[in-house]
Amino acid sequence: MHVQLFITCLGENFFPEMLESMTTLLERLGITPCFPSEQTCCGQPQYNSGFEAEARSMARRWMRTFSHSDAPIISPSGSCVEMVRHYPHLFPEGSEEHTLAIELAARTFEFTEFLVRQLGVTDVGAHFPHRVTYHASCHLLRGLGLRDEAKRLLAAVRDLEFITLTEEETCCGFGGIFSVLYPEVSGAMLENKVRHIIASGAEYVVVGEAGCLMNIAGGLHKAGSAIHPIHLIEVLAAQGGA
Amino acid sequence: MSDTPTTPIEFRRYTQNLSPAIPIAIQQATGQFFEKRNARVAELPEWELLRDVGHRLRLHTLEHLDAYLEQAATSLSAAGVQVHWAMNGAEANAVVLDIARQHNVKTIAKVKSMATEEIALNTALQAAGFQITETDLGEFIIQLAGLGPSHIVVPAVHLKKEEIAQLFKEKLGVEAPPDPEQLTAIARARLREVFLAADMGISGANFLVAETGTLVMVTNEGNGRMCTTLPDLHVAVVAIDKVVPDWESLATLLKLLARSATGQKLSTYTNFITGPRKTKGEHGPRELHVVLLDNGRSRMLASPLTRETLKCIRCGSCLNVCPVYKQVGGYAYGWFISGPIGAVLTPQLLGTKIAAELPYASTLCGACAEVCPVKVPLLDLLRHLRRRVAEGDATTTPIVSPVLRGVARGSAIALGTPWLYRLGARLMPLLQVPVRRGNWIPSLPAPLNRWTMVRPFMPFRARFRRWWKHHKKNE
Ligand code: SF4
Repeated sequence: MHVQLFITCLGENFFPEMLESMTTLLERLGITPCFPSEQTCCGQPQYNSGFEAEARSMARRWMRTFSHSDAPIISPSGSCVEMVRHYPHLFPEGSEEHTLAIELAARTFEFTEFLVRQLGVTDVGAHFPHRVTYHASCHLLRGLGLRDEAKRLLAAVRDLEFITLTEEETCCGFGGIFSVLYPEVSGAMLENKVRHIIASGAEYVVVGEAGCLMNIAGGLHKAGSAIHPIHLIEVLAAQGGA
Repeated sequence: MSDTPTTPIEFRRYTQNLSPAIPIAIQQATGQFFEKRNARVAELPEWELLRDVGHRLRLHTLEHLDAYLEQAATSLSAAGVQVHWAMNGAEANAVVLDIARQHNVKTIAKVKSMATEEIALNTALQAAGFQITETDLGEFIIQLAGLGPSHIVVPAVHLKKEEIAQLFKEKLGVEAPPDPEQLTAIARARLREVFLAADMGISGANFLVAETGTLVMVTNEGNGRMCTTLPDLHVAVVAIDKVVPDWESLATLLKLLARSATGQKLSTYTNFITGPRKTKGEHGPRELHVVLLDNGRSRMLASPLTRETLKCIRCGSCLNVCPVYKQVGGYAYGWFISGPIGAVLTPQLLGTKIAAELPYASTLCGACAEVCPVKVPLLDLLRHLRRRVAEGDATTTPIVSPVLRGVARGSAIALGTPWLYRLGARLMPLLQVPVRRGNWIPSLPAPLNRWTMVRPFMPFRARFRRWWKHHKKNE
């Protein structure tokens, strides 16, 4: 089976290990990833800030990039996948672009969604002997309705000790443009999140979304915490002492 | 009382130097409400179905609002109610003032009502020399403090009992310990005098049943019943979106409302008022007026998306669950309605010139939309209103700052042109060298310092494309 990797701009620029893990993990599961090299950003920052015309041009380019192949499109980000699922709203009903947007949205999946819902896999053979807590990112949880996919995958990881995070489902305060428009409020929300993460006593905090990971990692660093922030996919790809 | 803002609401300015006491008080109270709400919801396996029915019911009513309003007005008249129509707040206030003057009213007892907050009725009445007292305990307190509600359901949610005791001392001249029971007893004694002396009662309504012209008023304190039965004159200000077709629909909405708002199966008092008293022994006022208020609602009805805003039954769930509201409290939203529903309603009622900051006062985390008992699409509305701010539409000219527009255009080009994007990914790791300290970028110049003032930035480390080429070669 072939899949197209949609690595997202945050993934590409800030989390190379995670993308490498995603590639090798898919290969381990017998899947052949390919990488459409013309891809850039999906337009989510513009769309969520109210700049629909800009988002539309980004969407057009994205659709051109990924429509060369019929293979499913897999991404390590819930919010970017959600953006792709908004694409149909950007084009008039009945237009060719609208039809294409619907078709592409239907075969674009977030990574855990693809594993659990499409492939029916929860045990990916990972080994991660650590105490781990998990922050449920808004766009995975509510945006895509992936309530327990990530947790089921984590539950199957060998020697992983799972600690439930207090207020696991509360937003970490990132919110894209929100974080720079209202830094004080964003900061207060982040402090809340970081306080709970520290109180959990975990060694690692697992996050399945690059934006939240960036925010939480920064918050932990600022708080002087030794807890490691890590992307879910890296945990799933881990085979030993990581 | 919350006067209508006439200058831009400044969410950022308000939230820049918040006292930490505010989130603590609010989180405690909203947390309790929400826990109770969850417990009640968990008892009902059909909750999601009920939400769906609530949503359809409200939408259906709004889609045929002209017909239901006509029916409601006819039923109200048949029950002996005098019906008035008001296109905006000024008209509604003028109607109420007229009625008060005609009846030589001096003192007024008032039930908590969002509609009267929306039109700043208290301010208008006070300016005309009437004495008006809020009789809901929370409203009584914030009226003493000279404030508007900071929460839809619990208007004084941000105040601690110590602050209330201090307020009673200053404004009522009574020494009171910071004890909820004793404070309530003091307020109750005061309010009894108000009820007995009032020449007029003013209320809103949670619903208006079209088939019988019945006003439905949900309270937990009994003050509503006093205000609407003791004085001989009762005026209710009711926004046109409060109409429900029939009693069956009402039952569903009451179920959704009480559970969502306070975690009760049913509110302590659910009052049904069908016309003034007809016989001598009956309770109720001799004269009952209903002012049906539009105030921008027909405009909102015109578009399928904005129409959905009017499904709201003001339960406050979206506030109780909103992580932003829980940090900033109600006043940050600048008007009588706050939280996610405030962030979408205020810009629609007052325009984006006044409320441009509000649609952005959300992380789009979606917690609100997930709990809303009538499925108001709060996220879609927030994004729609952001678009109005940024791009304008048929009704609005864009008012976004040139800086933000520049960033949006620039980023769309930089991120949307493959060669530029790839060039950027290669250049950034070099450009960041002067500001990089180990694994972090601790501070950045304005405007990016708005990120680094809260937490450090991560260094750019694009290398996947190179890795991929290498990886493919080694296969
Ligand atoms: S928008 Fe929904 S959740 Fe918020 S107050 Fe209205 S009905 Fe309640």
